[in-house]
Amino acid sequence: MSMGFWPFDSFGSWMLLLLLVALACSKASSDLNKSTNSTTQHGPNAWFAAASSEPDERISVFELDYDYVQIPYEVTLWILLASLAKIGFHLYRRLPGLMPESCLLILVGALVGGIIFGTDHKSPPVMDSSIYFLYLLPPMVLESGYFMPTRPFFENMGSILWWAGPGALINAFGIGLSLYLICQIKAFGLSDVNLLHNLLFGSLISSVDPVAVLAVFEEARVNEQLYMMIFGETLLNDGISVVLYNILIAFTKMHKFEDIEPVDILAGCARFIVVGCGGVFFGIIFGFISAFITRFTQNISAIEPLIVFMFSYLSYLVAETLYLSGILAITACAVTMKKYVEENVSQTSYTTIKYFMKMLSSVSETLIFIFMGVSTIGKNHEWNWAFICFTLVFCQIWRAISVFALFYVSNKFRTFPFSIKDQCIIFYSGVRGAGSFSLAFLLPLSLFPRKKLFVTATLVVIYFTVFIQGITIGPLVRYLDVRKTNKKESINEELHTRLMDHLKAGIEDVCGQWSHYQVRDKFKKFDHRYLRKILIRTNVPKSSIVSLYKKLEMKQAIEMAETGILSSTAFSVPHQAQRIQGVKRLSPEDVESMRDILTHNMYQVRKRTLSYNKYNLKPQTSEKQAKEILIRRQNTLRESLRKGHSLPWGKPTGTKNIRYLSFPYSNQPLKARRDTRAAEFTDDDSCHPGFPPVTFSVQSRTRSLQERRQVQEAIPMKSFHRGREALNFDDQRTGQKEHGGRDKRGILKPKPLFHTVDEEYASGEQSEEEASAIGPRWTAEQKQKHSRDHHQSHSPLLQRKDF
Amino acid sequence: MGSSGSHATVIPDGDSIRRETGFSQASLLRLYHRFRALDRNKKGYLSRMDLQQIGALAVNPLGDRIIDSFFPDGSQRVDFSGFVRVLAHFRPVDEEEAGIRDPKQPEPLNSRMNKLRFAFQLYDLDRDGKISRHEMLQVLRLMVGVQVTEEQLESIADRTVQEADEDGDGAVSFLEFTKSLEKMNIEQKMSIRILK
Repeated sequence: MSMGFWPFDSFGSWMLLLLLVALACSKASSDLNKSTNSTTQHGPNAWFAAASSEPDERISVFELDYDYVQIPYEVTLWILLASLAKIGFHLYRRLPGLMPESCLLILVGALVGGIIFGTDHKSPPVMDSSIYFLYLLPPMVLESGYFMPTRPFFENMGSILWWAGPGALINAFGIGLSLYLICQIKAFGLSDVNLLHNLLFGSLISSVDPVAVLAVFEEARVNEQLYMMIFGETLLNDGISVVLYNILIAFTKMHKFEDIEPVDILAGCARFIVVGCGGVFFGIIFGFISAFITRFTQNISAIEPLIVFMFSYLSYLVAETLYLSGILAITACAVTMKKYVEENVSQTSYTTIKYFMKMLSSVSETLIFIFMGVSTIGKNHEWNWAFICFTLVFCQIWRAISVFALFYVSNKFRTFPFSIKDQCIIFYSGVRGAGSFSLAFLLPLSLFPRKKLFVTATLVVIYFTVFIQGITIGPLVRYLDVRKTNKKESINEELHTRLMDHLKAGIEDVCGQWSHYQVRDKFKKFDHRYLRKILIRTNVPKSSIVSLYKKLEMKQAIEMAETGILSSTAFSVPHQAQRIQGVKRLSPEDVESMRDILTHNMYQVRKRTLSYNKYNLKPQTSEKQAKEILIRRQNTLRESLRKGHSLPWGKPTGTKNIRYLSFPYSNQPLKARRDTRAAEFTDDDSCHPGFPPVTFSVQSRTRSLQERRQVQEAIPMKSFHRGREALNFDDQRTGQKEHGGRDKRGILKPKPLFHTVDEEYASGEQSEEEASAIGPRWTAEQKQKHSRDHHQSHSPLLQRKDF
Repeated sequence: MGSSGSHATVIPDGDSIRRETGFSQASLLRLYHRFRALDRNKKGYLSRMDLQQIGALAVNPLGDRIIDSFFPDGSQRVDFSGFVRVLAHFRPVDEEEAGIRDPKQPEPLNSRMNKLRFAFQLYDLDRDGKISRHEMLQVLRLMVGVQVTEEQLESIADRTVQEADEDGDGAVSFLEFTKSLEKMNIEQKMSIRILK
């Protein structure tokens, strides 16, 4: 484990060095540019001085103009420093599980702040009100809106709204009022902080960022609802705090405190609602518009990410123009647009959008945290023990009150109430983040003479919650999760535990998703009948299984065949005689190593919730694993077919039972095709009860063909009895029968080879010869009669690859 | 969920199923909806294909075996009562229920023993009541990634059987299986919250 630290140290130290040199240069050159004729000698910078000592007479060979690039240069350096720190952070594998990444960012910020303070450098004015609200905030909000899993969100929407809305209000007003009472106590010297100021402070301090800690207890497999509550809270919390903040600032500007009448307060409440709902409304409209536009972009897929981002940003700006809540607008836009846009855009655009969004939001957040660090180590502080301590105390108290009170009420209406354990986790995850700091920093000094106090208090709360709560929440969750305390499990237990986890996950999948049926069904029907027809390009399925299969089919199959893995996992049972089991005495080290092998190599249980990491797009080990599982099943299927194996329970299969049907490329409407297939299945079922057919068919987005043609090829394949290792995917996109709780399914094609070649190897990585070489190999293995037909019918496809 | 009163008549044998499995009326109704949703062609029963169309099962290493467990004794169709009977194994164990149970009645389907029996049958394909080394190896192969070599798998399988096997017959019987798992909280591991 110590190995992990070492690269981090070296990174850190190199970066420090670099930064110091940069700052030294900047300091030197800023002094330099001020004095035209001075020949100040700054040690290593002597030769700079020499070069520009006569600026007006000679053309200098070498010049330095730091002021010109100062702002972007320093910003870039900061971002780079934060990125390097993140690299180091993740190199040490256990660290991300110990503390949230915001800890790291804060430390980096403090470091930069320290350097800037130490070198007496004037930091660039990155953070002022307009820059924050126009440039830094939208990406962060967009990212959290976009990555939100929609289905659980809408299922729990009632609880989420009930928790986020009143929760934020209770926190804000509770903290504000209690602090006001504290301020009234003369002894603390805070009597000039009036009620409005306190309320404002309450509203900005109640803005939480619990998503930052999600990564920490990800492995504890928190249940889905809890996850959604935390996520949903983050989503709506920013919006609500900012709305409240703006309203209260308006109040502050308006009158003196005594003039505020009940009418104003009512108007404030009404404004709150209007602002919130108006923002959401605009967001939804822009979401639909952008989804509609992406329907037409298949010929110019490079601008798809641009459309997504521009429309989201536009929704934010339009809402802000009308004094509505831009944050809620952009959130609603992202949520609405995501479902349709994902289906319309190409795979690469989709990936680009995801990564770019993460990148933008992490840049924003890094900048804010660095600015926070700069503020921390500076002279702009006002320390008041009473205010700060009571702030901390009240934050915790009011969060506890709001959690337990609100959940008590909502539990009465929920089918699956939240346990006390869950509520404790929600309470403890109230970690503050960049949002509250920004709002505090941007308080106008003219209206808030005690601004420094607020900033200091906010900083303290942030540091406290992020470090102390962030680091201890992991152990807390694990403790509450009633994990097995006995870490040393026998191999038996490990194996059986994992089997049961898989079993449970499988049965959960069989049960499907249960929720408020009627509402969801109605929405889905409406969605299908109208929305999808308008907004989606063609009815192309894009479930992860399709994209998965596309990727795995070609590349992985080649790789695995080459490395001989295929043969080793093949169905080699009949070749093995039953070994006479000798009782071997194994040493404890052997057992240890066995256990390690088992633990590290067993397949992970499929997580039902999308694991969300705010700072990272993990390359989805579950996807790799799923690929592997699918390939292996495919291979055992193929192997058994080829060898005509008898299955372990001894019934023979006949390869002659393989029957293939292939439909030519056609534009048959989906419905007719499905009906014929359905009929075919029932026929097969009735006449060959032991041999259910297996269908491989996929519609792929064939951009290389004429646009919008639905290409489908169905190759039902007779498999052996009991459906062993049968892969069967069918298109679920029927307008009539839509069943709640069904996952989106993809249609798989045994020959996506050619299409995958088109889409994935368009850059020319894979040569066409290789692709066509795979083709016959595949078909030969299946022993198709129509193999040649397929091959020939596919080659025109291949030649028509025009990208 | 609307008027649930009239729905009991919709589910065939609803009452007897409820008694046998212990599901609440609401859960049973949801399961029935799910059954109908899976049964694409409205056949009234589920075939393997219907279950295979649950995409998530395809990427579950034990997907096939799980599907097989719905079709006991080699049958090719499962009706609603069979479907529910399997799922009943995963009903969370109600502590009070366990306490006041009448010992003369057969064990409820979601008792610890029955849960273990269900898990056991995932290993024991030939239904001889014992997990042979070969069967253990097969399960291991399903559950472990491709990086592990065949020899390693075999030695792990050997060790697994050896650890649990007490009477030295080279196979793990059901009792030995339960004994090796006595420390584990099966009731929690094999319970699905939504199946109350």
